[in-house]
Amino acid sequence: MDREEAFSRFKDCTVKVLHVEPEKVVPEATFAEDLEIDSLDLVELVMALEDEFSISVPESDLEGVDTVGKAFDLVYGKL
Amino acid sequence: MRLTWDSNHPDGGLRATRKVAIVGVGAVSVAGIGKEEFWNGLFQPTVPGVKRIENFDPSPWLNPKELRRYDRFNQFGVAAADLAMKDAGDLGLPSESVGVFMGSGVGGLESLENQIILAQQRGYNRVTPFLVPLLMTNAGSASIAMRFELRGPCETTSTACASSNHAIANAARLIATGRCDAMLAGGQEAAITPAATAGFTNMTAISSCGISRPFDVERDGFVQAEGAGVLVLEEYEHAVSRGAHVYAIIEGAASNEDAYHITAPLPGGKGAEACMRLALDDAGISPDMVTHINAHGTSTPLNDLSESQAIYSIFGDNCPPVTSVKGTLGHALGAAGALEAIAVALTYERCLIPVTANTKSIDEDMKIDLVMDEPRDFKKGHVISNSFGFGGHNSCIVFGPAPA
Repeated sequence: MDREEAFSRFKDCTVKVLHVEPEKVVPEATFAEDLEIDSLDLVELVMALEDEFSISVPESDLEGVDTVGKAFDLVYGKL
Repeated sequence: MRLTWDSNHPDGGLRATRKVAIVGVGAVSVAGIGKEEFWNGLFQPTVPGVKRIENFDPSPWLNPKELRRYDRFNQFGVAAADLAMKDAGDLGLPSESVGVFMGSGVGGLESLENQIILAQQRGYNRVTPFLVPLLMTNAGSASIAMRFELRGPCETTSTACASSNHAIANAARLIATGRCDAMLAGGQEAAITPAATAGFTNMTAISSCGISRPFDVERDGFVQAEGAGVLVLEEYEHAVSRGAHVYAIIEGAASNEDAYHITAPLPGGKGAEACMRLALDDAGISPDMVTHINAHGTSTPLNDLSESQAIYSIFGDNCPPVTSVKGTLGHALGAAGALEAIAVALTYERCLIPVTANTKSIDEDMKIDLVMDEPRDFKKGHVISNSFGFGGHNSCIVFGPAPA
């Protein structure tokens, strides 16, 4: 899966789970300020991404993941 | 309302000078959503079967993101609170002096059941991080406090079907004693789930034909219902000073316990009788001043018998008109008392007592004056509203008219 296709699926999943506007899901967007989601939302998003990409993301990997770009890199690195 | 129960005091104890006014009501029930719809629904024919609020649309109150964190019982509560606050108008009070007391029997049971199924199918690591806020019973009062940024006392009472009466009574006392100037109080329930239905069915508490007919000789159990009721209570002088509409006054309340059986009432309705007498004492009135009783009247053989015995023990042959709106509403468990308190508030406003729907032939063992067939004019006086819960919890509230 190339990066573009992966990001497209990542974005669809994020929009579906978090009910955010698609145009807000860009790599530089922060979860807390730009998407206005909290730590519980982030856990739910990661669970959905695990299903979407058939991967496993341990909680320890989420340390410091505060932007869409960092979350995507984490997921993409596991494909 | 009493402040103390001191028998050595010349007046038998101190009484609060602050009165508790009902200034707003919000109903979410099978009979209707909103005050007018609810009241009109109380006079419509009923259909047999479970009283689910079909097609409930929470979107006027909660956005899609919030909905993922709000179980159905919590959605009902927020909607009812919003309706009640709009009805009450601007309280103009500091947020620290306004609190939220809600009642619920089981909280977010539907979410819990769904997540258990999911966990068994896909593993416990797939359980939503929102499960705890979805299921916890106190999410009901917390969500309302968050919505309106109310920072006074915020608690949830869980005493089964007596939950919301207890919540309203305790909230009223906080105003009477001066701790708060206004409270949002009521109850919320959404427990028509497969497991809860099985539990009630297997204990033979549910009507086999799906008909709620309180005090009828053919009654055979309650009909499951859901919903929420919220009342805005406000210190009376403050309510008057801002020109609020006062439906009625909460004059007294009482709570006691059967300590007899986990589901069956104390024989002879002795626990219920004692609770009603305590509530009359709290209000400082005698039985002859009561002009209406809004009964718990669940349509179960045992409750209705013992409640009628309790009423007869106090009122004898001078029974005021009794009604049970559960004929129409079914039994919304932890929300029932709040919906009934709203029915009482509207009875004061419209001077009309709704019928006990579906009841055709009153059990001859019950010597009460039941409002059947036709609504009855309400002679403005004092009203008792009863709620009794599994576990033996009793809660009675005494209402009075707004001072002339």
